[in-house]
Amino acid sequence: MAVFPFTAIVAQDELKLALQLVAVDPTLGGVLVFGDRGTGKSTAVRALAELLPPMSVVAGCSYHCDPAGDPAGCVAGCPRSAGDGEHRVAEVPVPVVDLPLGATEDRIVGALDLEAALTRGERIFAPGLLAAANRGFLYIDEVNLLPDHLVDLLLDVAASGQNVVEREGVSVRHPARFVLIGSGNPEEGELRPQLLDRFGLALEVQTPEDIPTRVEVVKRRMAFEQNPDRFVAGYAASQAEVTRRLIDARGRLREVAVPERVIERAAALCQALGTDGLRGELTLVRAARAAASLDGATEAEEWHVRRVAALALRHRLRRDPLDEVGSGVRVERAIGEVFPS
Amino acid sequence: MSGAAADRAGPEPVDRGWADVMLVIRLLAVDPFALGGIVVRGRPGPVRDRVCALLRAQLPPGPPVARIPLHVTEDRLLGGISLPDTLHHGRVVREPGLLARSHGGIVEVAMAERVESHVVSHLCAAVDRGELVLERDSVSARVPCRLGLVVLDEGIDDEHAPPALYDRLAFWLALDRLDPRAAPPPGDALVGERPGEQRATPSSVRARLGDVRIESDAIEALCRAALSLGIPDLRAVLLAATAARVHAAIAGRRRVEAPDLDVAARLVLGPRATPAVDPDLPEPPPEDERASAPEPPPAEPPSPEPTPPDEGDSIEPAASSPPDPPEDQTAEEQTAEASLNEIVLDAAKSGIPDGLLDSLRAGAIPRNAPRRSGQAGATKASRVGGRPVGTRAGIPSHGARLHVLETLRAAAPWQRLRRDASRTSHTGRLQIRREDFRVRQFRQRTETCVIFAVDASGSSAQQRLAEAKGAVERVLADCYVRRDHVALIAFRGTQATVVLPPTRSLARVRRRLAALAGGGSTPLAAGIDAALALAHDARDKGRAPLVVLMTDGRGNVARDGRSGASQAQEDALESSRRLRHSGVPALLLDTAPRPRPRVRRLAEQMNARYLPLPYLDPAGISREVQSLARESACR
Repeated sequence: MAVFPFTAIVAQDELKLALQLVAVDPTLGGVLVFGDRGTGKSTAVRALAELLPPMSVVAGCSYHCDPAGDPAGCVAGCPRSAGDGEHRVAEVPVPVVDLPLGATEDRIVGALDLEAALTRGERIFAPGLLAAANRGFLYIDEVNLLPDHLVDLLLDVAASGQNVVEREGVSVRHPARFVLIGSGNPEEGELRPQLLDRFGLALEVQTPEDIPTRVEVVKRRMAFEQNPDRFVAGYAASQAEVTRRLIDARGRLREVAVPERVIERAAALCQALGTDGLRGELTLVRAARAAASLDGATEAEEWHVRRVAALALRHRLRRDPLDEVGSGVRVERAIGEVFPS
Repeated sequence: MSGAAADRAGPEPVDRGWADVMLVIRLLAVDPFALGGIVVRGRPGPVRDRVCALLRAQLPPGPPVARIPLHVTEDRLLGGISLPDTLHHGRVVREPGLLARSHGGIVEVAMAERVESHVVSHLCAAVDRGELVLERDSVSARVPCRLGLVVLDEGIDDEHAPPALYDRLAFWLALDRLDPRAAPPPGDALVGERPGEQRATPSSVRARLGDVRIESDAIEALCRAALSLGIPDLRAVLLAATAARVHAAIAGRRRVEAPDLDVAARLVLGPRATPAVDPDLPEPPPEDERASAPEPPPAEPPSPEPTPPDEGDSIEPAASSPPDPPEDQTAEEQTAEASLNEIVLDAAKSGIPDGLLDSLRAGAIPRNAPRRSGQAGATKASRVGGRPVGTRAGIPSHGARLHVLETLRAAAPWQRLRRDASRTSHTGRLQIRREDFRVRQFRQRTETCVIFAVDASGSSAQQRLAEAKGAVERVLADCYVRRDHVALIAFRGTQATVVLPPTRSLARVRRRLAALAGGGSTPLAAGIDAALALAHDARDKGRAPLVVLMTDGRGNVARDGRSGASQAQEDALESSRRLRHSGVPALLLDTAPRPRPRVRRLAEQMNARYLPLPYLDPAGISREVQSLARESACR
């Protein structure tokens, strides 16, 4: 099935930026997208999959092990861990795994392979979604409607990068490094506040208000629905351009310098906002570096910090549940104070 | 355009009602998936049955229309393991779910106003993507699932099917506007067709649909109409545009014309009008905007992107020899375009249900437009009680339900051993022992609904009321963390009013609380009764209610509204006893400056915890509420 192209999405710049940032630096800690119904949240996330360059994996490995990585981290089921470690290398698209609402815990973490156990009496681990998402993205639509214990589990695995399974006689520990992307509609239930700041970036999307933009959204959507293949072909060049930028930015990320003064500014901003802990500052600086890399710059500048500040901080403010001023506004205000223009 | 005018000057409103129903059905039958489907709001009965029968009769041959009952399990909805086959064959045998089997057809959702949120999300996913992504019970698959929904909303007053469903379906039909006597006989799907016109089957129309194009100005007219009717969701415009194309295809046109927009606006946009904007307001003169809205959109995203070849003025390239030659293309084009917006808006307004405009002026919520905010949280909240949260070893009895998959998993590793031990020759048979059984564990009701009943009478004195408000706010902050629902009742004068029905939007609670006026006499019994009624309501919805009553106990208005201290006290005590019998946990905060035995007796009658406010800090109150909430959830 054809996917609506990323570059054909009208407006929604902050969403597109956030998704590209986590694609450049997967350690940012995921994205939380909140917004009204019908704002194209899911469309954007699914479109991201098409953009990502393919990655090399150990052929036949359920965990997408990196052939260049340390073989010691491989678990049973990876061809490299068996026998003499002979294996072939394959190029596969970066996995973007959908976690549908109603997914059961055994499918998420993995469980005993029933087929093998019943027919051959063998005790084999059948990897779950967390294995499938390793080195890729895990997307949860309506994350706010997912049972709390599953959200806890996912955030825990996302933070540790490891999935530990101990159930019905299987005991497995396998790598599960993925970028968690959650989306939801706040009107249908709020996410527990304790979970909010476990996401690296957060944003709210809105339906565009002005007529020309709205007309354009509808036109493109209809064109896509009528003839998906031709529509996608029309955007192939711009898609390829973004992919090239992402590959480039990812390769240079470690070389992008973050000068002392930029870190100081980031710290000052966090202090002005009273964010708890150091996670906010760390994410802010990392996001600024990713933004600089995406721009092709060799050094992160203050304006990179400004650009990603709302994304990195708005969900970390100590929140008065009864305060009606949006947290985005508070971040904007603090930026105005810390970065006098 | 003459067609549009003729349409509007149509026959009696009731007849138009059925004519529109037939029109909706004909549109829907052409492409149920692209249009999402229809919400049918109203009580079950002959009228609704007739509407459903008419729709079935019009559908092209396909899978039978499936009906999703209220308590459908996810296994049945999405597919799962077939128990008899699995046990018989000794290997996992799966069976498809209701949704997958209805691919290409229509699914009816019964009692949609009470359907659980996880079912809603599966339905939405099917409508959005045309496929199901399954990740459950060892099954991992993508199943094609292009279907249309018929959502049967039996809600009364404020009760609605989830907004997420409403938003995705093109047509909203309110049954109470239809005259049962005027219903066309079943099988009559030809209403509205002109004599001599060749009847087009839905399949042949669908084949033509790909050639129908829609111009930018038509989309723009729909966008403008949607905005001036207060419809922010772009999906509505998309659905309207699709409906216009289908209508054009039925009429044999290759380009969407004014009559098509007229129908689409009336049927899709009209019922969605919200009170956000007064639809009577003339449309703001869009002169400057129109001037600045040429074909290439100015709001282009910054990323460099070429305009694809088909991004011109129309979506589809002009088809050769359209059967309906476009009328007055050249000279009158300008005027035609200028008036297009008005035509579409007029049409949309004509689709606004009768009485909506009056209710808009009165500030009421229209009956068939779901509320946009706040309320959604209350109506959509699923019954958390009853959601499976895991399994444990145990015998399926006393209502515990067997979890097939986990039982098989538990039995699987032992099969070879058991086979050897029993030396039976039926190798295909599974040997399942008592200790293998796994039963589902369901989560207890954990969603708490805290009902505040606040005495706002004069005897409670202004400054005491302020303190009570402070206490409520403090408890609210805890409720937020626990994601409780909160309702607010105020009683003063002669009656108790539900200031806010249960909601999770605490900002709204606080606003209402701040605006709460004090003064007047104390209808204590009415206050307790109102709290009890809300508590029953909350229980019906699967929530655990908890009443926090704040009063000084000086009731002086009896239940019938007459003043008189002694009768008022009697009534209050009786109401308290009813509260006790209902088993709803309660907390009584004595707001009198000096605690009195009278209030303590009231608390004893309702089996409530008694807390005199003067001796309490807010932290103490929230501690009490929390421990009560835990108790309540365990009941």
